[in-house]
Amino acid sequence: MNMSHETWIDIGALADIPREGGRVVKTRAGCVAVFRAADDTVFALDDRCPHKGGPLSEGIVHGHSVTCPLHAWVFDMGTGTAQGADEGQVGTYPVRVEAGRVLLDGARLMQGRAA
Amino acid sequence: MMAEKLVIIGAGMASGRMLEHLIEAAPGRYDVTLFNAEPRGNYNRIMLSPVLSGEKTYADIVTHDADWYAAQGVDCRFGEPVVKIDRERKIVYSNQGGVPYDKLVIATGSAPFIIPVAGKELPGVCTYRDLEDTNAMIAAAKPGAKAVVIGGGLLGLEAAAGMQLRGAEVTVIHLMGHLMERQLDPAAGYLLQKALEARGITVHCKGATKAILGKERVEAVLLDDGTIYDADLVCMAVGIRPETRLANDAHLEVNRGIVVDDQLRSSDPAIFAIGECVEHNSQLFGLVAPLYDQAKVLAATLADAEAVFRPVQTATKLKVTGCDLFSAGDFADGPGREDIVFRDPGRGVYKRLVLEGDKLIGAVMYGDTADGSWFFGLIKDGTDVTGMRDTLIFGPGFAGGAKADPMAAVAALPPEAEICGCNGVCKGKIVSAIEGGANTLDLVRASTKASASCGTCTGLVEQVLAVTLGDSFVMPAAQPMCKCTDHTHEDVRRLIKAQGLKSIPAVMQELGWRSVGGCASCRPALNYYLLADWPLDYRDDRQARFVNERNHANIQKDGTYSVVPRMWGGVTTPAELRAIADAADKYAVPMVKVTGGQRIDLLGVKKEDLPAIWADLNDAGMVSGHAYSKGLRTVKTCVGSEFCRFGTQDSTGLGIKLEKLLWGSWTPAKVKLAVSGCPRNCAEATCKDVGVVCVDSGYQISVAGAAGMDVKETEFLCAVATEEEAMEVIAAFVQLYRENSRYLHRIYKWVAKVGLDWCKAQVVEDLANRKALAERFEISQSVYRRDPWAEHAQRPADWAPMMDLTREAAE
Ligand code: SRM
Ligand SMILES: Cc1cc2nc3c(=O)[nH]c(=O)nc-3n(C[C@H](O)[C@H](O)[C@H](O)COP(=O)(O)OP(=O)(O)OC[C@H]3O[C@@H](n4cnc5c(N)ncnc54)[C@H](O)[C@@H]3O)c2cc1C
Ligand code: SF4
Ligand code: FES
Repeated sequence: MNMSHETWIDIGALADIPREGGRVVKTRAGCVAVFRAADDTVFALDDRCPHKGGPLSEGIVHGHSVTCPLHAWVFDMGTGTAQGADEGQVGTYPVRVEAGRVLLDGARLMQGRAA
Repeated sequence: MMAEKLVIIGAGMASGRMLEHLIEAAPGRYDVTLFNAEPRGNYNRIMLSPVLSGEKTYADIVTHDADWYAAQGVDCRFGEPVVKIDRERKIVYSNQGGVPYDKLVIATGSAPFIIPVAGKELPGVCTYRDLEDTNAMIAAAKPGAKAVVIGGGLLGLEAAAGMQLRGAEVTVIHLMGHLMERQLDPAAGYLLQKALEARGITVHCKGATKAILGKERVEAVLLDDGTIYDADLVCMAVGIRPETRLANDAHLEVNRGIVVDDQLRSSDPAIFAIGECVEHNSQLFGLVAPLYDQAKVLAATLADAEAVFRPVQTATKLKVTGCDLFSAGDFADGPGREDIVFRDPGRGVYKRLVLEGDKLIGAVMYGDTADGSWFFGLIKDGTDVTGMRDTLIFGPGFAGGAKADPMAAVAALPPEAEICGCNGVCKGKIVSAIEGGANTLDLVRASTKASASCGTCTGLVEQVLAVTLGDSFVMPAAQPMCKCTDHTHEDVRRLIKAQGLKSIPAVMQELGWRSVGGCASCRPALNYYLLADWPLDYRDDRQARFVNERNHANIQKDGTYSVVPRMWGGVTTPAELRAIADAADKYAVPMVKVTGGQRIDLLGVKKEDLPAIWADLNDAGMVSGHAYSKGLRTVKTCVGSEFCRFGTQDSTGLGIKLEKLLWGSWTPAKVKLAVSGCPRNCAEATCKDVGVVCVDSGYQISVAGAAGMDVKETEFLCAVATEEEAMEVIAAFVQLYRENSRYLHRIYKWVAKVGLDWCKAQVVEDLANRKALAERFEISQSVYRRDPWAEHAQRPADWAPMMDLTREAAE
C-alpha cells in the first residue's frame, strides 16, 4: 500500500505480448503472467491457477478475462477473482505501460505472491 | 343460497382447463360432479408421446391430482363412464346410478377412428389416445419386437418414434403420398421421411391396409399391393372423430360434432359442450390451443360473464426429439400465391413461406424451426410483409434491416404478443410473472402456464426470461453456440457465408455478440469457421486457439508439453529413430512412449525447449504430427501387399499418400484414418473417421466410425478402383465435413445429423461436385499444408519467458 516503495521494473515492450495473449515473467516467488487485452490494457497475475496449478498465461484471453487452459476456470484479470460458480483468487500485481514499455511493480514482486 | 349443480362428463384437457378458470372466477358457485371414463383425473394428454418414448413418466404429466380435486370440493367419479342423459328430468346416469344437474357440460373428446378391416379386433391392435394405449405400446415395444403403425400423421409418427426409441422395429404405413400431408408439403414430408428412415423406421407411403392377419393375436399387416409386414403390435392412428354418442342419444343437435354457439351452448340451453366433441361454425378441433380458448369462454359463461368464442389459427409441431418441423396457416398452391423457399441440404433445412398479396398466409419449416412462432405471429396478425420480403425467410433477425439478433427481436415484441399458443399466454403476462419473482423456466411455467403444454415455445419463453432478467438468467446450454450469443453454430456458419464476414470482430459485431471479445468456447469455433470458409482471405488467429493448438504441442498437467513427430503411415527409419533418441537425451525427456497412433511421443518437454527440439527433429526430416489438433491426426496402416501374404493392395503406400494429402488441414474436430490391406483389417480401419479396406478389385471406403467416448463401426461410403479415386473421394468428403459440420463434432456426429445418403449424393454420385470439393480442399491446403514447427522453431524468443527476474537482486 505504501506507494513510496514502488520500484517499477521494465519487463519488455508492449509489442512483445500478443494482443489477447499472455507472456510469463519468472520471479523467485514463482511465475507471473502478463496479459494484454484487445484494448491494450495490461494485467499481471500469478501464473498459477488456484484449481490445479494450470498456467494461466496459456489461457484464452477474452475481454478482461482469461480462461485457464487446463479445466476452463475463468478469471477476471483486473481482480484475479474466479467467475461464475468457481471460487478462487489469484494474486494480481500493479503494472503499467509507459512509452510502449511494460513496467511491473518490483517491490510488490519481491514481497511474493498475493500480498 | 344453495349452490347450483354442475355435472361435467369427461375429465380431459378442455374440461380441466375450464374448471380451473371457473373456480377462479366463481369459487363456490357450483357443486361440481366430474365423470371420467378413464380411471383417473386430468393429465396432459399431448405429453403421452414423451411418456411413450421414455422421456417422461405418467407422474410428470398429471395436471390435477387427487389433492386438487379434494381442495376444490369436486365430486370425482373416475372410471365411471356416463351412459345416458335424461334431459327432461335433468339427470345423467352412469352404470352406478344417476346424478341430477342444473347445468351440464359434455367434454367427451374424440374417439380414435378404426379402419374397418378384417382383424381389427385382434389382441395386439391398439389406438393412440390414452394412458392405456400408451402402456400397451410400452409393453409391446421390446427391443427386437415388430410394431406397425397405420397412419403417418402427427399421432402415428409420435407413436412410431416412441416405440422405436424403446427398441422396437417400427414400420409406418401411410395412405397418402407423403407423411403428415395435412401439415406438410411434399418437400418437408420427404425430409421428415428421410429423418425417420435414418433412425431405422421403415416408412411405406401410398400404402392401403387390406387386413390385419393373425390367429390368436396380431401377426402381420397385409397391404393392398400385397406387401406383408410382420407385427407383434399394430397401432391404428388414422384419425379421430368427435365422441358424440351421448349427445346423439339425447337428441341434441349433432352434425359431425355437437353443435354449439359462441358461448359453447348446445341446442339445449342447460347443456354445454367443449373440446374435441364440439362443432362450432362447421369447424371441428383437434389441437389444444382453441380448446383452451373455449375453456375460458365457457367458464365465463357459467360464471354469468359475457364471452364469445372465436377460433384462432393453430400451428403444428411434431413432438419427436430430433425432428424439428413446424407448419402453420395455409400452404396449398393457388393463383395469386407466391412461395419463398430456402433450402440448406447440408443441414437438412427446408423453409417455405406462402404469400398472398402483401401478407404471409402459410409457413412450413423443417430442420430449423426457431423462427416458427414469429412467422406464426405474422400470419395471425395479417401483418403487411412487403417491406421485409427480401429477408423474410431468414426470420426476425433480419426483418427491417435490424441486427441478426433473436434477443432483440424478442425484446421488441409488444406486451400483447402471444408467446404460448397452447395456453394463450402473451409476453406481458410472462414479463409480469418474471418481475414477480418467477426467474426460472419452471417457475414461469407454474405461474403462467406458458410452455407448459407442448413446449414448442420454450425457446421464446427463455428469451423473454433473458431479456427481462439480463445476465442473471443463464440460457440452457444445448442450443446457442455459447452464452455470448443466441445464435446456434449452424446459424453462425450460415451467416458468416451469407454476409461475407471475414474476421472474428466482424462476426461478433454483425451477429450481435453480447460479450466483449467472446469467450474461450466461441473464439476457437469462430476462428475455425472463418479459416475454413475463407482460406485465402482469413489469417488464422493464434490467440483464439486453445493452448495445444497455439503451442503445437499437448499441454501436460504440470505445464510441460508432449512432442509427437509425424511418422507417415506409421513407417519410420533407423535414422529417424536415432534422431528421436538423441532428442530425448538432449532435452532430458522423462518418457518416450509408443502411441496408439503408430508413432512415438516425447512427453514432459519444457515450453522453452520446444523450438529447439522441433529444430532438431526438423533437421532429421521430421515434421509436426499434429497430435494436438482439431485436424488430421494419424493415418494408421498395415503392412499390406508389399510384405503380407494376404495383402491385396499397397495399404502402407496409400496410407502415406493420404497422410501427405491431408496433413496440416484444420477440421471441426480431429480426423483419424486407417488403411488395411485386406478385410482382416489389421489397421482397424472400420472404427476410424475415414477407413479404407483394400480388396482385390480396389478400395472400399467407409466413414463415420469412432473408438473414443463412443465406439461405432464405420458406414460404407463407396468402392473405387484406383488410388487416385480413393484420394479424391476422401479429400472431397473431408472438405464436405470441413464446410458443414459444427465445431467439435467428430465426423460420426456430423454424419448422424446430415445423413450418409446426403454425403453420398455429394461426393459419390455427383462427380462434378466431388471434383469441386476436392479442389476447394486443395486451395485450403495451399495455405495450411506446412509444418508449424519449422515456422515456430525460427522464433525461440516467443517461447521463452518475457523476462527472468530470478537472478535479480532483491533490492
Ligand atoms: C498419445 C495418445 C495415447 C497414447 O499414448 O497412445 C493419446 C493421448 C491423448 N488423447 Fe487420445 N491419444 C492417443 C490415441 C487415441 C486413440 C487411438 C487411435 O487414434 O487409434 C483414440 C480412440 C480413437 C478415436 O479417436 O476415435 C483416442 C481418443 C481420445 C479422445 C476421445 C475422442 C472422441 O471423439 O471420443 C480424446 C478426448 C478428446 O479429443 O476430446 C483424446 C484426447 C487425448 C489427449 C489429447 C487429452 C488432452 O486433451 O490432453 C491426450 C494427450 C496426452 C498428452 O498429454 O500428450 N483421445 N486417442 C495417443 C496419440 C495418438 C497419436 O499418435 O496421435
Ligand atoms: C398422443 C397425443 C398427442 C397429442 N399431441 C398434441 C399436440 O402436440 N398439440 C395439440 O395441440 N394437441 C395434441 N393432441 C390433441 C389433444 O390431446 C386433444 O386436442 C385434447 O386432449 C382434447 O381435449 P378434450 O378435453 O376435448 O378431450 P380429451 O382430452 O380426450 O378428454 C375427454 C375425456 O372424456 C372422457 N370420456 C369420453 N366419453 C366419456 C363418457 N361417456 N363418460 C365419461 N367420460 C368420458 C375420456 O375418457 C377422456 O378422458 C394430442 C393427442 C394425443 C392422443
Ligand atoms: S490386414 Fe490383411 S494385409 Fe493387413 S496385415 Fe493383416 S493380413 Fe496383411
Ligand atoms: S488448473 Fe485451472 S482450471 Fe484446473
